[in-house]
Amino acid sequence: MNNIIVYIELVEGKISDVSFELLTKGRSLANQLKCKLEAVLIGHNLKGLDKELFPYGVDTLYTADDTRLAPYATLPHTSILVKLFQEQQPQIALMGATTIGRDLGPRVSSALKSGLTADCTELEIGTHTDSKTKHVYNELLYQIRPAFGGNIIATIINPDCRPQMATVREGVMKKEIVDPQYKGKLVNLEVAKYVDEIDFIVKIIERHIEESKIDIKNAPIIIAGGFGVGSSDNFKLLHKLAGVLGAEVGASRAAVDAGFAEHARQIGQTGVTVRPKLYIACGISGQVQHLAGMMESNLIISINSDSNAPINKIANYVITGKVENVIPKMIKYYREHTK
Amino acid sequence: MKKFNIIVLAKQVPDTRKAGKDAMKADGTINRSILPAIFNPEDLHALEQALRVKDQFPGSTITLLTMGPPRAVEILKEGFYRGADDGILLTDRAFAGSDTLATSYALASAIREIKDVDIIFSGRQAIDGDTAQVGPQVAEKLGIPQVTYAEEIIKITDQTIQVKRRLEHGVETVECPFPLVITVNNTAPHCRPRNAKRLMKYKHASTMSNRQENNDDYLASAIAHTHLTIKEWGVNNITVDHEQLGLSGSPTKVKKVDNIIFQAVETKTFTDMDEDMDELMKELVESHIVG
Repeated sequence: MNNIIVYIELVEGKISDVSFELLTKGRSLANQLKCKLEAVLIGHNLKGLDKELFPYGVDTLYTADDTRLAPYATLPHTSILVKLFQEQQPQIALMGATTIGRDLGPRVSSALKSGLTADCTELEIGTHTDSKTKHVYNELLYQIRPAFGGNIIATIINPDCRPQMATVREGVMKKEIVDPQYKGKLVNLEVAKYVDEIDFIVKIIERHIEESKIDIKNAPIIIAGGFGVGSSDNFKLLHKLAGVLGAEVGASRAAVDAGFAEHARQIGQTGVTVRPKLYIACGISGQVQHLAGMMESNLIISINSDSNAPINKIANYVITGKVENVIPKMIKYYREHTK
Repeated sequence: MKKFNIIVLAKQVPDTRKAGKDAMKADGTINRSILPAIFNPEDLHALEQALRVKDQFPGSTITLLTMGPPRAVEILKEGFYRGADDGILLTDRAFAGSDTLATSYALASAIREIKDVDIIFSGRQAIDGDTAQVGPQVAEKLGIPQVTYAEEIIKITDQTIQVKRRLEHGVETVECPFPLVITVNNTAPHCRPRNAKRLMKYKHASTMSNRQENNDDYLASAIAHTHLTIKEWGVNNITVDHEQLGLSGSPTKVKKVDNIIFQAVETKTFTDMDEDMDELMKELVESHIVG
């Protein structure tokens, strides 16, 4: 009772990275709250997956294994979580801010009349005093996220409703095994008790998996362009530099909205979170929502004609100048001075 | 041929994409007044999908439903210009302070009043909150299925609809009977533009309370042009449990709001002159950051 539960997401039978990241965060929160870390895994052919999960410090793993539960569908997964949460009364429930988690989370929170905060970038434990009643709430989950188009950072709390639910994007939290031999308890749920026939009303007709060719998440160097790049033509310069340096091209939301780059390249709170060893920000002013997705880069270079661009404050190197002047010079130097 | 009863959920939002440095006040709060209020972009994508159903099934009706302050009537008019048949402004002080849960409760209660709804479209998410929660929560409150991240309607019959969804690593087509909620992704087609005839027809549309405020001869004009009176619903027009509305119906509270705190780093500054660029690149290459 009153534990932390993480929903484990499966993509084509494999556990998503975001689930391991949430377990890692969940473990540290559980230590702080002196409660158990639990996980729920729903799908089919789940045998063996428990061995991947327990090392992250999972005390109890609930599994629901049925051929009809894979691939993910909203209604059956919702029914299982809602009933399980009603039985177990977790204080905190976490899931990935993925197309699955953002489909499932709101449905579950609505059924339980509980609060859900989407796309958190930080989760902490803290206290809260109600300004009117002076009631003091201890050990609340602070759900911290950029809001208002990423211009502010809001700390959200759910003082009275349980579970306190939050989704977190992939790549935002670290993943770390606590103990390869960690011993947890495996509980197989009797699926028929949790789902109804009516939960299978939506039929999946076809699934067509296409791995996105753009892989900015794992790129060691990212050349990212913002609205300040000015045009699709100038964006080609970024691709040229990326080709030379073995980098990937990323973009801010404004650049994607302007049609300079594909959506798959978007970095930031509503895009991908990255932590490359080098991040070259070209014509990016640095809205919070963008910074949230790249702040943890090892080294940041900002190229901007505005010497006061907010991103310059977190950049290790600032080049004040036009992107179309600077990039050709970088390419030229690199070609002349490396083999 | 079936005539569909379609609802499109829409929200008037501050255009947060235009929030530059001047959008922040000295005390660190947002200066909302300088941001234009717009039709949430993905809700326009949703309207387009509704219009496409209507193109295929003439006689279907599209009702735009929005919750917000009186001025949100602007997006209902925008919807009329582009082809919506009806619009309802859900507005009441009792809704103030709603989080996504209280919002979806109010919207679902209003949809129940409309009755016999087949499809509820909405945008995937609104640009001021980016939560993507209201669509699924409305579906749950109504006890009907949801299809999120919709990109295209593949096939529609009297009984079922097939929808293509855009996921992280590919696409999925699902088939669902009516009624259902469909949230439309940003990768779906843009909304068709305003229609000039409809613009002329609806440009004077307004709510009764707006007319009253402007001291129009509101009763006369409302009687003469019923299509120009936009429906305005408050808590008294819907059956609700007041505890589930507004602040009291909102489990999430905003504890605090901060400007981002930039971590101080030692910053080296360069110009775009050749010597500066050479020095920077030399440093990067020598420290094996590149190459």
